[in-house]
Amino acid sequence: MPVLAVVAALLIGAVILLLMDADPIRAYRALYDGAFGTKNTFADTLIKATPLLLVGIGICISFRGGVVNIGGEGQMIVGGLAATALALSMPDARAEVLIPLCLAASFVAGAIWGGIAGVLKAYFNVNEILSTVMLNQIATYWMIYLMSNTLIDPEQISAASRIPETDRLPRQSDLPRIGPWLDSIYEWLGLSSAESSRWAPTLLHIGIIIGLVLAVVVWIFLWRTTVGYRIRAVGKNPRASRYAGIRVKRYMVLSLLLSGGFAGLAGGIQVLGVRHRMSAEGGAIAFTGNAGFNGIVAALFGKLHPLGTIPASILFGALLVGGNKLQRTVQVPSALITVLISLVIIFVVSSDLWSRHRARRRVTLAAQEPASPPGASAAAEMDGVR
Amino acid sequence: MDSFSTDTLPKTLPTGHARINTMQMQGIVKHFPGVLAVDHVDFDVSAGEVHALLGENGAGKSTLMKILYGLYQPNAGEIVLNGVHAAIKSPADAIRQGIGMVHQHFMLVPSLTVAENVALGLRSSREPLLDLNTVAERINELAKNYGLQVDPWAPVWQLAVGEQQRVEIVKALYRGAALLILDEPTAVLTPQEVTDLFDTLRHMVRDGHALIFISHKLHEVLAISDRVTVLRDGRKVGKIATRDATKESLARMMVGREVVFQYQRRAVEVGPPLLKVENLWAHSDRGTDALRGVNLDIRAGEILGLAGVSGNGQRELAQVLFGLRPALRGEVLIDGQPVTGKQPAALNRLGMSYIPEERMIDGVITDFTVAENLILQMHGSRPFSASIFLRPRLIARRCGQLIENFNIRTPSQETLIKSLSGGNIQKLVMARELSRSPRVLIAAQPTRGVDIGATEYIHQRLLDQRAKGTATLLISEDLDEILALSDRIAVIYEGEIVGVIDRSEADVQHLGLMMAGVRSEPDAAPGAEV
Repeated sequence: MPVLAVVAALLIGAVILLLMDADPIRAYRALYDGAFGTKNTFADTLIKATPLLLVGIGICISFRGGVVNIGGEGQMIVGGLAATALALSMPDARAEVLIPLCLAASFVAGAIWGGIAGVLKAYFNVNEILSTVMLNQIATYWMIYLMSNTLIDPEQISAASRIPETDRLPRQSDLPRIGPWLDSIYEWLGLSSAESSRWAPTLLHIGIIIGLVLAVVVWIFLWRTTVGYRIRAVGKNPRASRYAGIRVKRYMVLSLLLSGGFAGLAGGIQVLGVRHRMSAEGGAIAFTGNAGFNGIVAALFGKLHPLGTIPASILFGALLVGGNKLQRTVQVPSALITVLISLVIIFVVSSDLWSRHRARRRVTLAAQEPASPPGASAAAEMDGVR
Repeated sequence: MDSFSTDTLPKTLPTGHARINTMQMQGIVKHFPGVLAVDHVDFDVSAGEVHALLGENGAGKSTLMKILYGLYQPNAGEIVLNGVHAAIKSPADAIRQGIGMVHQHFMLVPSLTVAENVALGLRSSREPLLDLNTVAERINELAKNYGLQVDPWAPVWQLAVGEQQRVEIVKALYRGAALLILDEPTAVLTPQEVTDLFDTLRHMVRDGHALIFISHKLHEVLAISDRVTVLRDGRKVGKIATRDATKESLARMMVGREVVFQYQRRAVEVGPPLLKVENLWAHSDRGTDALRGVNLDIRAGEILGLAGVSGNGQRELAQVLFGLRPALRGEVLIDGQPVTGKQPAALNRLGMSYIPEERMIDGVITDFTVAENLILQMHGSRPFSASIFLRPRLIARRCGQLIENFNIRTPSQETLIKSLSGGNIQKLVMARELSRSPRVLIAAQPTRGVDIGATEYIHQRLLDQRAKGTATLLISEDLDEILALSDRIAVIYEGEIVGVIDRSEADVQHLGLMMAGVRSEPDAAPGAEV
């Protein structure tokens, strides 16, 4: 079903391209080449997919837990801030210590940011959609404040340019590049590739591996642990959960806490793996690349399943990266990429609603109508169901 | 409609409308995707009789009647009114030809008055103005003719359930219904209201109405009908004159096997009081006093039936007992230990089980599988989990046993609850709650909406539990159920216990009066220690 949604979106995109006098086939080939054509572009796609994946698996937890986390942006920012502050304060720490500490700090910071919304919802009945969106604003302004005051690069002050960004983080905090490892795996598999197409020169860092591992961990967490079971129970039916003795409020908070933690980690990985400094230039979006929101789409696209979120985030990463090439090749405005992505989102969400609606119709039909034929006990008459 | 004209009708009813002398449904077939809901069923009714349509949930009763009322179109078969083929494409067609239906769930607008509800959807005699006075006059006339007490000017939300049903009947009569379909009309009534309803129905029959009475309550069918047709799995399995029928013969037709009505009640050594409720007060959702000083005690090995018309505090009592609603005053004790205000999880651990009234909302998670629902309370303890991990193989084994022991009919453990029937869902809830060997069990409406076969099974299970020494509070609006199972019966009215009587002294009339708020005897002080 999601695949159909993508095809439909691309078809409509083709019509738009035709209307703009561009050749859709050439455009889409450029899109593909731009995303997967070389090791370099593929690496870019994976780098862009990493924060989407991390935010997305967090979203899986929160949506499964029945709470809507729109605060991925803010949680990424506070996660990034925590990693930055910690790395700057420990310039002499060794990598093996510094990187795990920074990532843990970013997770905790994001978790606190999500947890605030969780506590507000569970104990003060504040709608989490509103509170998470507002916490995004707070995080953004907090970042701007810190970038232009407390954490500002001392050189920016002495040079009087005052660009609101930090100093470059200590080198030991850079996430390891995984290109060389991939190359040795290729060689070991006998897939030795030409010098020109090796992973080593790419910027691909370990973040994607972290994301993949955590996706599996969260999958196990949600379906194989008692806590995951409770989160899903509360999400599906808080009343029955309460009747069964589950502390509903506690698990609401926990879902938002964990969800925020994964977004925070996404922020930390952006800082340590890509940017190596925090900057308020260009506002929040320059830092997050909108991953706090797009991660929601990736999760929905992946049917709120952590493993489904993996291909979904790679797809969106590819659209983001390949879009640049498309734009250059067929000379269309960059906004067209936004249009394409939005079309995919619209189709995914509506096809999801549609199939859910159909499922519900099937269920109510089955529940209302018919006598169950012996054996297939599917139904109760209208008067049985209340 | 083409072949049907009012001129051919011999007589008019007092309502001034068409008379239906005979109605025949012939060879009716209705398919739904994957199911044959109605399979070549013949059904007929004549003026001046009550023809009961009997069958379990899912037998096809409602489907057949929805076809007659124009809500569904049959795949085969025809409907003949007064000897002429009738096309009924919609409820509007049905109404025009003199067919009315009183639905199980009332179709009234609560904020409007009775007269406004009756006039709804009809053309006023002096368009564009309303003619509510005329409507009200006509309502009073109908009410007088048929012994239906209704105040045309009362807003519907103020009316009790029985009154609302009378409004529905008036509505149908007002529209000239000569043939009236009553879909489970007694499900929501007190015994007295049932008696009143039956009086009204007899009135209507004498007046030449044709009545179809849908029910699965055998004694009511025996009391009111002239003929009975029994459906099972979409097929007609029998049609007999009521005078030749017995409760047992009807049940056998309906279920397809012998059904037990008199349960074996082993004499059980009653133990000390396990659950004690002392002067319990609580609010309803709207903040009014729902419980006003309730006193009860239940001993080990005893079933205490709590009878009462719905909305008199039963729901709130169950919720307070299970820690889901705060008590304002008073105390709940298990084994002499105060447990008032404890959380459900703690009460679970103390050996309390709860079968909630709204099982689809409170009892199960409809989007979860059978297995996931069976472990709803116990998932955190052995053998279902070890440290933080669930143990799917042990869960599957245990759930397999429960499914078998409690005779839950499900395609697999991985089936989502929402595709099971009401009876099977209730059996699942029972399985989960009883498998924890509760010392105290609160069962709220345990068989509502459940078919006879499952009802019998659930009753048997409750009695087994009694024999094991469980103290059971059985909350039910079904007096038959209360009488069949309880050792003692407490009646609740407006948040107070009107009285508690022993099963040997209980009779329906007396209980009915108590349910209407009449104190039993002067010496049995309300809420007294029992």
